Amino acid sequence: MARLKNLIENEHGVPPLRGGHSLCQGCGIPIVVRTVLSSLPGPAVIVNATGCLEVATTRYPTTAWNVPWLHVAFENTAAVASGIESAQRALRRRHALPEGQEISIVAFAGDGGTYDIGLQALSGALERGHKFLFVCYDNEAYMNTGVQRSGATPFGTRTTTSPPGAESFGKAQRRKDMTAIAVSHHIPYVAQGVASHWDDLSRKVERAAAVQGPSFLNVLTDCPVGWGHEPRTTRTVLDTAVDTHFWPLYEVADGAYTLNYEPEHQLPIEKWLEHQSRFAHLLKPENRGHVEEIQAQVDADWNDLQARCAST
Amino acid sequence: MTAELLTGGEAIAHGMRQGQPDVVPVYPITPQTPIIQVFSKFVSDGRSHAELVDVESEHSAMSAAIGAALAGARTMTATSSQGLALMAEVVYIAASMRAPIAMAIGNRALSGPINIHCDHSDSMLIRDSGIVQLFAENAQEAYDLMVMAPRIAEHPDVLLPVAVCLDGFTITHAAEPVELLPDDVVATFVGEYHVPHPMLEVSSPTTRGPFAMPDYYYYELRHAQGVALRNALDVFIDVAAEFEALSGRRYEPVQSYRLDGAERVLIALGSTAGTIKDAVDELRDEGEAVGLLRITPFRPLPMDEIRAALAGAQRVIVLDRADSPGGVAPLGAEIAATLYGSECELERHVYGLGGRDLGVADVRAIFAGGTPDHFGVREHSWPA
Ligand SMILES: Cc1ncc(C[n+]2csc(CCOP(=O)(O)OP(=O)(O)O)c2C)c(N)n1
Ligand code: SF4
Ligand SMILES: [Mg+2]
Repeated sequence: MARLKNLIENEHGVPPLRGGHSLCQGCGIPIVVRTVLSSLPGPAVIVNATGCLEVATTRYPTTAWNVPWLHVAFENTAAVASGIESAQRALRRRHALPEGQEISIVAFAGDGGTYDIGLQALSGALERGHKFLFVCYDNEAYMNTGVQRSGATPFGTRTTTSPPGAESFGKAQRRKDMTAIAVSHHIPYVAQGVASHWDDLSRKVERAAAVQGPSFLNVLTDCPVGWGHEPRTTRTVLDTAVDTHFWPLYEVADGAYTLNYEPEHQLPIEKWLEHQSRFAHLLKPENRGHVEEIQAQVDADWNDLQARCAST
Repeated sequence: MTAELLTGGEAIAHGMRQGQPDVVPVYPITPQTPIIQVFSKFVSDGRSHAELVDVESEHSAMSAAIGAALAGARTMTATSSQGLALMAEVVYIAASMRAPIAMAIGNRALSGPINIHCDHSDSMLIRDSGIVQLFAENAQEAYDLMVMAPRIAEHPDVLLPVAVCLDGFTITHAAEPVELLPDDVVATFVGEYHVPHPMLEVSSPTTRGPFAMPDYYYYELRHAQGVALRNALDVFIDVAAEFEALSGRRYEPVQSYRLDGAERVLIALGSTAGTIKDAVDELRDEGEAVGLLRITPFRPLPMDEIRAALAGAQRVIVLDRADSPGGVAPLGAEIAATLYGSECELERHVYGLGGRDLGVADVRAIFAGGTPDHFGVREHSWPA
């Protein structure tokens, strides 16, 4: 439990992200941010995409950040991080920074700022090989603008732009596999985590921070408002995503896949669907077929992941 | 000092190199490409120690530039046309975040139809972004202004992006004799890069780019940014005076060309001024009281200087190389506002869109009067 001790120590005194922000009750985003920042070996500069995290922590002239923090726009977080990393290299070369001080550059973006509008800038930055950590806090929709569907929104989900109705069962398309997209950039470290498995996430941050080059963490986190669950159930809802195999925890280090957590018993997908009102319509009898489709997708993806882990 | 035969693009690249940038994010587009190609070679040859960041778009070029400039690194970039349109969102943010980025714009028409040749519609698209815009008349001026750009951008009373605008092809690609200052002279002139609270100074963390509400701050921050942009005019004048001491070349907010006793005065930005000067010389020889007023900083607009220079004019003719469909073309509108209440007559023409040439004969025709608003539009665009 050395990691737990470190996390507690880092939260004492001057925590990187302090309380007093206006993220909603039960929102998993601050859990992700604090776990990530408290798991880094040294100082960090944060780049944040437009979204709930940015809006709820930096209402001028107040701030919840005790670390250097920068927001430019929605879609360019990875590009801004590229600029800071290039600046660090240039300044280091001409000895304009304290010797021996390694500063982590960490980008935080929601799923919209990662899977969709931020994908081009992210892809470019990964391909160029900047040394930075990109953390997608994936709550599966555009929450800040009022729960619109994104490329990360799962098949069948109700959002305000994919409302179920006479002609619709919710979002008609599957979510894209952003983790696989990151892997295909041949970067040294990619992993999937979840806000509720803080120890797994913390270890992944340590690994990510240690590589020479880009690293990408895709972290599932909840939104009680957009998902429609009780704020106090954040942890259990997120755990269910893992225990149903909907959101496997795995990592890809230099191309080698490792499954980091295998639930003792796989829960049926209904367990993931039943405590969130965004899925309520799917549990009606007429949508039974769609639930079976989701279960089949989850199982196929899981088998595919198992095969990758076995073969690398 | 000896002159070298350089294109405007090459001259800009030398100005960038001598300004010793730390970070240069770039993305290619005609007619900016020669600038970044020449600069890339400087880096490969060890003549510049900049981190060249080959980004995947102009949006990312400006985004990376903001990150680098605020992190504590001198940062430069260059673009044109669609590239500037794509980066426009972040140009506004660069100005509001007070990122002192020095950049070059090889002016080119905006699509559509797609066209790679010169007009000023790209620069005018970001007219209200809050950045400084300096228009060069030729390759020498492009170089000189590029050398001055970081000094203006990084001045503590300014801290804004500065764009040197040079006409696509006419300046970017045409070779002219250009006098370069020695590297060490420029290095001393631009000095070290300083911004308040660089992000990489982790011991004194700051929150940059927060959001501001209507009740407080947003308006006040925008106002402060406007004041900084106005300050850039005095800073330009001071920096130009220092530059003159080094180079012998004089730069003023407005350049008056044969305005003594001029009754009819043309106003223009950029390379067209060269053509106008030839026409003015001819007409003066023929005894006509004509002159030229060329404006170097379009932002901030030197309104007092323009009014003073035009005090004796009876007729002012503004040439706009950008249109504002359904409204008034930008330079014409600005000059009308500047001269509001004066006695002189005002005439406005849009010309040269998409690279259409304006020759000495055209300028003479404009001085003669009776020409249409959109000067140079053919009745039949299909050759018979
Ligand atoms: C270019 C641009 N388009 C749209 C928006 C509006 N916008 C702001 S935040 C946001 C959604 C963010 O979604 P996500 O990245 O998933 O983060 P979350 O809100 O879920 O935290 C949108 C659409 C914007 N700010 N900029
Ligand atoms: S709307 Fe959702 S994601 Fe945004 S702060 Fe509230 S709970 Fe968090
Ligand atoms: Mg989201």
